[in-house]
Amino acid sequence: MTSWERFLDAFFNAKVMAKYLPDIAHGMLVTVELAALVIVAGLVTGLALALVRSLGLRPVNLLIVFIVDLFRALPPLVIIVFIYFGLPAVGIAPSGFVSTWLSLTLVLMAFSEEIYWAGITSIAKGQWEAARSTGLTFIQTLMNVVLPQALRLTIPPLTNRTIAITKGTALGTVVAVNEILGMASSAVSNSYNPSPLTLGALAYLILFFPMVVFGRWLETRMAWKR
Amino acid sequence: MPAKPIVEARGIHKHFGALHVLKGVDLLLAERELVFVIGPSGSGKSTLLRCLNRLEEPSSGSVVVDGVDMLDPRTDINHARQRIGMVFQSFNLYPHMTALGNVTLALRKVAGKPRGEAEALGHAALARVGLADRAGHTPGQLSGGQQQRVAIARAIALEPRVMLFDEPTSSLDPELVGSVLGVMRDLRESGMAMIVVSHEMGFARNAADRVVFMDEGAIVEEGTPAEIFETPVQDRTRGFIGQIQRH
Ligand SMILES: Nc1ncnc2c1ncn2[C@@H]1O[C@H](COP(=O)(O)OP(=O)(O)O)[C@@H](O)[C@H]1O
Ligand SMILES: [Mg+2]
Repeated sequence: MTSWERFLDAFFNAKVMAKYLPDIAHGMLVTVELAALVIVAGLVTGLALALVRSLGLRPVNLLIVFIVDLFRALPPLVIIVFIYFGLPAVGIAPSGFVSTWLSLTLVLMAFSEEIYWAGITSIAKGQWEAARSTGLTFIQTLMNVVLPQALRLTIPPLTNRTIAITKGTALGTVVAVNEILGMASSAVSNSYNPSPLTLGALAYLILFFPMVVFGRWLETRMAWKR
Repeated sequence: MPAKPIVEARGIHKHFGALHVLKGVDLLLAERELVFVIGPSGSGKSTLLRCLNRLEEPSSGSVVVDGVDMLDPRTDINHARQRIGMVFQSFNLYPHMTALGNVTLALRKVAGKPRGEAEALGHAALARVGLADRAGHTPGQLSGGQQQRVAIARAIALEPRVMLFDEPTSSLDPELVGSVLGVMRDLRESGMAMIVVSHEMGFARNAADRVVFMDEGAIVEEGTPAEIFETPVQDRTRGFIGQIQRH
């Protein structure tokens, strides 16, 4: 075998690929499910925290900032391991899937809260004043005037952050989640051939490349028009 | 001045930390009256206007607008603010909404009008400022003068009893000032009570009943436009008038 043939056999072995394709496809499904749940829960809780923070209640805000900083500082893998291996000690035993979901949700919540908050505070004071001068309440102004503008500003950073954190679903492999990387790794150890990793990488591309494109599309679509 | 003022502000003080910005200002505005406020930058004109609708909380004093005590904690401030239109130097239109959307937001959310009725009132308000054909445009598609007229429409759509203008033409290109002043003149002729902070002396001469000169947080002198512009009594007033007339 030439080294080129050895390379092809290692990463593009058709027989191995065909055999493990169903496994990888199943892993993709798990990854999609996990990612979707992380995105929805993370972005919604992050927005909820930012809205509560805008009420300006000092003790509440100190708590929010503490939680946000905590989950921005901890490596996601540490949170996953902590939940999966730590919580059973107090009688709660979440599955690997739930541990990974909860960890990534908390991380996305923390990062997205900061992004939403930056968006909300970047809206000019004059917008608040104009709306309040017509009799809109604080909440009405926040929801109808400030938030729609803030959300538009947050879409590019939010998309980037969401993609970065959602890719962390691969960490679930550490706590036995059958997502793409987990399936690919076990296929590699069963077949003694790394070709399943190629499939895995392809699967990630298929999932995340459209997300990147979708982010761009949203960015242009949200420009003021209507 | 007729007996019952529409705006009655008495002994207004405002502190920002150690800064004493308003030092006991009294300002009365009668129905159908137009009071014009002038004074150097930083003299407290904007703060005074903002105390009238409580965008700024006065440190002490009393503000009664259309019979409503604005500083009484029992007053529904959001309801009261419908009756006090405000126009800002920087327009402050909502950039994510059309002109019509800007005008109808408070009609729907504050006045509680159903969408159809709010839109009819919104179109009427836009027509009053000469922008009937711009209802579907966003602020970004409008000139500064048009934006400021939409801002005026947004305020008058709520049928206020008094309008506050804070330097409404100061950020406009000179050729666009006239259209905004024209709308203000129409509004004045319809009998709207108005307080106008501005440097447009020509407008003041034609339209103002009274001119108030403020300096360092207090009213220094007030009188008819002729009195203040031609024969001011106070040195400070004379100095200020001289300064702006040289420009
Ligand atoms: N929110 C604020 N915080 C602190 N100082 C303020 C604030 N708003 C206004 N001031 C100060 O109050 C003074 C009067 O301001 P302003 O009412 O805007 O004057 P004018 O409109 O006559 O130019 C200025 O010295 C200004 O710096
Ligand atoms: Mg000012």
